[in-house]
Amino acid sequence: MLRGTPFHPRTAALCQAHNWRRWAGCIVAGSYELLHDREYFAIRTAAALIDVSPLYKYHVTGPDAELFLNRLIPRDVARCAVHQVLYTPWCDQAGKIIDDGTLSRLDTDAFRLTAAEPNLRWLQDVAAGLDVTIGDITEALAALALQGPASREILKRISDVPLDDLGFFRLTHARVAGIPATISRTGYTGDLGYELWVEAAQAVALWDGLVEAGAAYGLIPAGILALDVARIEAGLPLLDVDYIPANKALIEERKSSPFELDLGWTVKLDKGPFVGRQALAAENERGPEWQFQGLEIEWDSIERLYAEAGLPPGLPATAWRTSVPVYSGGEQVGYATSGCWSPILKQYIALAHLRSAWAAPGTRLEMEVTVEHRRKRAEARVVKKPFYDPPRKRAVETAP
Amino acid sequence: MKRRDYDAVIVGGGHNGLVNAAYLARAGLDVLVLERRPVLGGAAVTEEVYPGFQYCVCSYVVSLLRPEIIQDLELARHGLEILPLESTFTPLPNGDYLVRWADHDQTRRELYRHSPRDAEAYDEFGKLMLQLAMAVKPILGMAPPDPGSMRPGNLAKMARLGRHFRDLGSEKLAALVKLMTMSSADYLDEWFETEGLKATMAASGIIGTFLGPRSPGTAYVLLHHYMGEIDGAFRAWGFARGGTGAVSEAIASAARSLGAEIRTEASVERILNEGGRAVGVALESGEEIRARLVVSGLDPKRTFLGLLEPDELPSEFVDSIRHFRIRGSSGKVNLALAELPDFTALPGVGPHLRGAMSISPSVEYLERAYDDAKYGEFSRRPYMDIILPSMIDPSMAPPGKHVMSIFVQYAPYALNGGWDDERREAFGDTVIDTLCQYAPNVRDAIIHRQVVTPADMEETFGLTEGNIFHGELSLHQLFFLRPAPAWANYRTPLANLYQCGSGTHPGGGVCGAPGRLAAQQILKEHRP
Amino acid sequence: MSKRYDAVLVGAGHNGLVCAAYLARTGLSVLVVERREVVGGAAATEELFPGFRFDSCAHRLGHLDPRVVSDLGLGGHGLKVRRPDLAVLAALPGGDHLAIWRDPQKTAEEIRRHSPDDAARWSRFGAAMAPAVRFRGHVAVATPPELPPAASRDLLAFMELGLRLRRTGRREMTEIMRVLPMSADELLDEWFESEPLQGLLAALGVSGLFLGPRAAGTAYLLLGGLSPDAEVLRPTELVTGGMGRFTEALAGAALANGARIRTGVEIERIRTAEGRVTGVVLSNGEEIDAARVVSNADPKRTFLGLVDPTELDPDFVRKVKNIRTRGAFAKVHLALAELPRFDGATGRPELLEGLIRICPSLDYLEHAYDDAKYGGVSRSPYLEAVIPSLTDPTLAPPGQHAMSVYVQYAPYELKEGSWDADRREALGDRVVGTLSEYAPGLDGAILDRHVSTPADLEDVYGLTGGCASHGEMALDQLFFMRPVPECAQYRTPIRDLYLCGAGTHPGGGVSGTAGYNAAREVLRAGKRAK
Repeated sequence: MLRGTPFHPRTAALCQAHNWRRWAGCIVAGSYELLHDREYFAIRTAAALIDVSPLYKYHVTGPDAELFLNRLIPRDVARCAVHQVLYTPWCDQAGKIIDDGTLSRLDTDAFRLTAAEPNLRWLQDVAAGLDVTIGDITEALAALALQGPASREILKRISDVPLDDLGFFRLTHARVAGIPATISRTGYTGDLGYELWVEAAQAVALWDGLVEAGAAYGLIPAGILALDVARIEAGLPLLDVDYIPANKALIEERKSSPFELDLGWTVKLDKGPFVGRQALAAENERGPEWQFQGLEIEWDSIERLYAEAGLPPGLPATAWRTSVPVYSGGEQVGYATSGCWSPILKQYIALAHLRSAWAAPGTRLEMEVTVEHRRKRAEARVVKKPFYDPPRKRAVETAP
Repeated sequence: MKRRDYDAVIVGGGHNGLVNAAYLARAGLDVLVLERRPVLGGAAVTEEVYPGFQYCVCSYVVSLLRPEIIQDLELARHGLEILPLESTFTPLPNGDYLVRWADHDQTRRELYRHSPRDAEAYDEFGKLMLQLAMAVKPILGMAPPDPGSMRPGNLAKMARLGRHFRDLGSEKLAALVKLMTMSSADYLDEWFETEGLKATMAASGIIGTFLGPRSPGTAYVLLHHYMGEIDGAFRAWGFARGGTGAVSEAIASAARSLGAEIRTEASVERILNEGGRAVGVALESGEEIRARLVVSGLDPKRTFLGLLEPDELPSEFVDSIRHFRIRGSSGKVNLALAELPDFTALPGVGPHLRGAMSISPSVEYLERAYDDAKYGEFSRRPYMDIILPSMIDPSMAPPGKHVMSIFVQYAPYALNGGWDDERREAFGDTVIDTLCQYAPNVRDAIIHRQVVTPADMEETFGLTEGNIFHGELSLHQLFFLRPAPAWANYRTPLANLYQCGSGTHPGGGVCGAPGRLAAQQILKEHRP
Repeated sequence: MSKRYDAVLVGAGHNGLVCAAYLARTGLSVLVVERREVVGGAAATEELFPGFRFDSCAHRLGHLDPRVVSDLGLGGHGLKVRRPDLAVLAALPGGDHLAIWRDPQKTAEEIRRHSPDDAARWSRFGAAMAPAVRFRGHVAVATPPELPPAASRDLLAFMELGLRLRRTGRREMTEIMRVLPMSADELLDEWFESEPLQGLLAALGVSGLFLGPRAAGTAYLLLGGLSPDAEVLRPTELVTGGMGRFTEALAGAALANGARIRTGVEIERIRTAEGRVTGVVLSNGEEIDAARVVSNADPKRTFLGLVDPTELDPDFVRKVKNIRTRGAFAKVHLALAELPRFDGATGRPELLEGLIRICPSLDYLEHAYDDAKYGGVSRSPYLEAVIPSLTDPTLAPPGQHAMSVYVQYAPYELKEGSWDADRREALGDRVVGTLSEYAPGLDGAILDRHVSTPADLEDVYGLTGGCASHGEMALDQLFFMRPVPECAQYRTPIRDLYLCGAGTHPGGGVSGTAGYNAAREVLRAGKRAK
């Protein structure tokens, strides 16, 4: 049978909607309530608990740990301080992305890497010849995201370390509700938030502690439908949805490089050798063929298309994850891979792969929409990601 | 009374003969199929050997039956229903087990339990196999060219083939070369570390061959798992409702409805040759049937060494056919059971009983099974591929009862001292003893047991040496070398005699491709 | 400060020396660095016991490239090759034997005793195989094309091979394509019925290979032991003074052409920067700058041991790790007080002048492999012995003899335990025991014995896994797949690093062709660079 997560005893009891989804071979709640709206708004206006345990997690230690990771990922690990976290993709030798995740530096020679898919074999192969140990701690470690504007206040109540000065993409070790945990100020929502990493056996106790502490702040559990909307607003790509891992793609065209996924900022070509550097240097030289951008679909256009059919404007109730053609004039110049109605921005948004010539912010394009069984094209505009980026995401509280 | 002449007479009502007949009839030819036995289907038959229990006496799964054949011949309308066979369950000697399920996540989860590395490699392996299966598919679907011939049509075909390979690119081409030349054990060693997984995958590479998992040339059969197309999905095995015989019956029904005539209990004794042309056949009964052309669905040895005299063919060709390797290596045990097997590794009735059950705990186990056969003995601990047809199609057995189909390897045709009743039963006992190590309740649940040795297969189904593929699928007997150089395009040195059996490209399995390709070749030369 | 060389060669095996000599001949400054005190690698002659000189690893030439001999004037550097009239003597149980002579008539007569039909087929077999043997020879001296052909040069090379194949004739061409992937068993079964003859020939198909004679591809290896001429079997080629004389002649030629050779120093690392070679670092810390490095070491040793792992792609490393180098053989050297008395050959020393093979049937060989594939030494191993002192008295004291025995199968990886002193001696006992069944009284004549296990062969000669051919000569590791597709043209993913050893096409055996081909590719690349 499929795996539940360490939080399953709690999430199962709470999931009134019986809306279960698969994530990395696990069963997780799609939404707890029949509609996911309240869970979404909790992320943006209060706080939400999201079970992110399905992530694959690897513990990397040894004298060559930094050397190994620098070989694995395009970012410069030498510049990652202890207790710092890096978001990073990693590539095959052709410079195409295999997976992405966060790299936490727990100590000089100890790191934790998360991934969306199993990567042990690849990590071990990249480590060939180096003095490094890679442990698969996926099942040993539970992960819980506490996200939303109230998350800091809630966490402060039950943590034994100060959190006000814990910066964005930094981590600290603490006892949370008496349980030893690692707190990282990271998340997949683009909001103020934390991820908590604890031994799987302590998962339920951590959940209970947070739920209790958060009750007064409107904390509720959120499923991955709400998370999906939040991450699209934040402009964060999702494996298998917005890109196909290079080691699983049947054809070349399905693969993406970091440049093509708007992750060029993670590629440090001058840091020394890493897997895919040659190919990425060449791509950097000639410029990427594709770019991954935000699209805002014009309200007027949607309204008009529906009105022509005698209907009020139809909007997606949940985030969609299909490939939708994007046009310029008569020509297809790209495709959108995720999209949703942003409840906070009141805007129909999408993430799209666009040929570079049509990827500049401000470019006017058309995205396909189906109105009453007919394919139509709605006007859309290329915009910079993220769509939603509240200052609180990065802000550090200064002591009063 | 003078009989009319047929356009084509097809020797043997096996599934390839029937496919061939149906295609020829569809093109408007006046076709007659002659089958020696009272039932059609050759090795693809279902027989009620024991009252109430339907046995797939010989072949037992469908995976490779070409979708275009199903559509062209409207086999669904003629009663063909293929049900999925979703999992492969391997009980292990340490009391654990390994299952590959239909669901990707579930399989990955199961493999992860044995080895996280393998769970990861499995996806990449699957991707490569799929890519290679796609690369190989056009080759399986073409009549082989003759690399020695300078005819323009042939040269064009060679050029097309060259382009096809070039377009694959170096990575895939190298992967294909490795797959074609390596042993399945070595090939899988490059990918996986879990013994039960490697062995179960390797086992598919040795089915029907007289080779072990460490023998080079066994790896490419791994592709077959990714080449079955059931419901559009690559890599699916199926079971025909009513057993494999239902496939043959559906094809026969299609052939009849397209105008073909089918006669059973009509055993062909020889092919009539007049001045270097086939003009018909003579039956054992003495009856002579004349036809513009003759198509043989029998294996090459039976066709060329049995139905013709050596002096009717070029000596070089006769040598090639004599050298054609066709050693039978497998047997079949069919059981009528009072209850379902209860595997100690995964007790009770579960979904694993609806799929294949594989006794292949390690590569060494399989290799040792082969060692026995190499020196003329049946395996003391054989490899077994088991299904429970009645779990998939309850009509195969009386309510509450079951039939079990056990494909067993190795059982060499050339057994030291030869096969007799005593050796047959000893072989059956070995199979049951082996199975009972994993599912001890089977012994007492047996109501009836049928043991089919390679010698039985030869006698019953006319498979020379009991070889289920009409000739081993070793590298030098494939493609333009199958069954003989220069005669791989379904034609023969005798004008108007064609071959359409598994002994021709692309070979064995219930796929129907040789029958269809042969029909295409014939129709090129003999428009009605 | 040391000078910068145009080329540094890693290892002074015979291929490395051939390559060095050719490179030096064109005026390049060349340095050969050899770990051992003697040059020659696995083609060396050593005085293992006072007065007794043995070919310590390879004991005969394997189709020595005639171009190498003439281009480098090896005769002038002291190379003398003998080809005894008797190629192989198969010693058989029960005192019988089967002798293969260079004279096919004489051989046919000999075979007739075992099978008149086989005798009649002997010359026909040779003639039928000749096109394939010739084609194999052409393929050996060619640089494998890149597949699919990327450059026009590769396309031409590929078409040239195709045309050559086609020109052999229509039937011959399909026959070549049919035979190449066959097993020795399948091929021999089509031709011969006599077990001794099948066994003798099947041994050619598995030599050095961790596979049995029923394995596909062993027919290809078998063809390598055949001659395209009337003699059918390739004559046995022994070097006067021992195999070491051959590599000394090569070293002489290299030195004469201006190359430098340093022995007793190990290369610890091939130095690289930004994906290209800059030189080598010696184990003593000394650094030597070089425009290019050519490695005679096997591919695994080269890429997994000598190169900075971060310079190589993980997929490439995977492929290199996957090169199969499962050692299958051992060597036993015997100092003998007298000529061994093989049953049926006593008083006829001319029968012992070539190779003495113990492999009485194909099944004998297959059984020997069965033991090995489960990690044990063959209970009855296939043996190939030479007594070069019989025709070259310089190798042993007067009246006494030096006998070298090649032993297969002795797996590098044992199922239980590892190669230690006890197992080494047990192996020696088993070999002597097996030999004694055919040459009674051998035990009493042994003055001294030296056993090299696969682990010893790895230690002494640097053969990874004890594999003499630097990668098994199996179908998937030949030609454009050898050692891995990326390196089949002797180039490597690291610029200016080349391979020239047996791990590259055409593979193992003391022929020098790999070194010759590699030198050609190095020079061609040099020309292009200019």
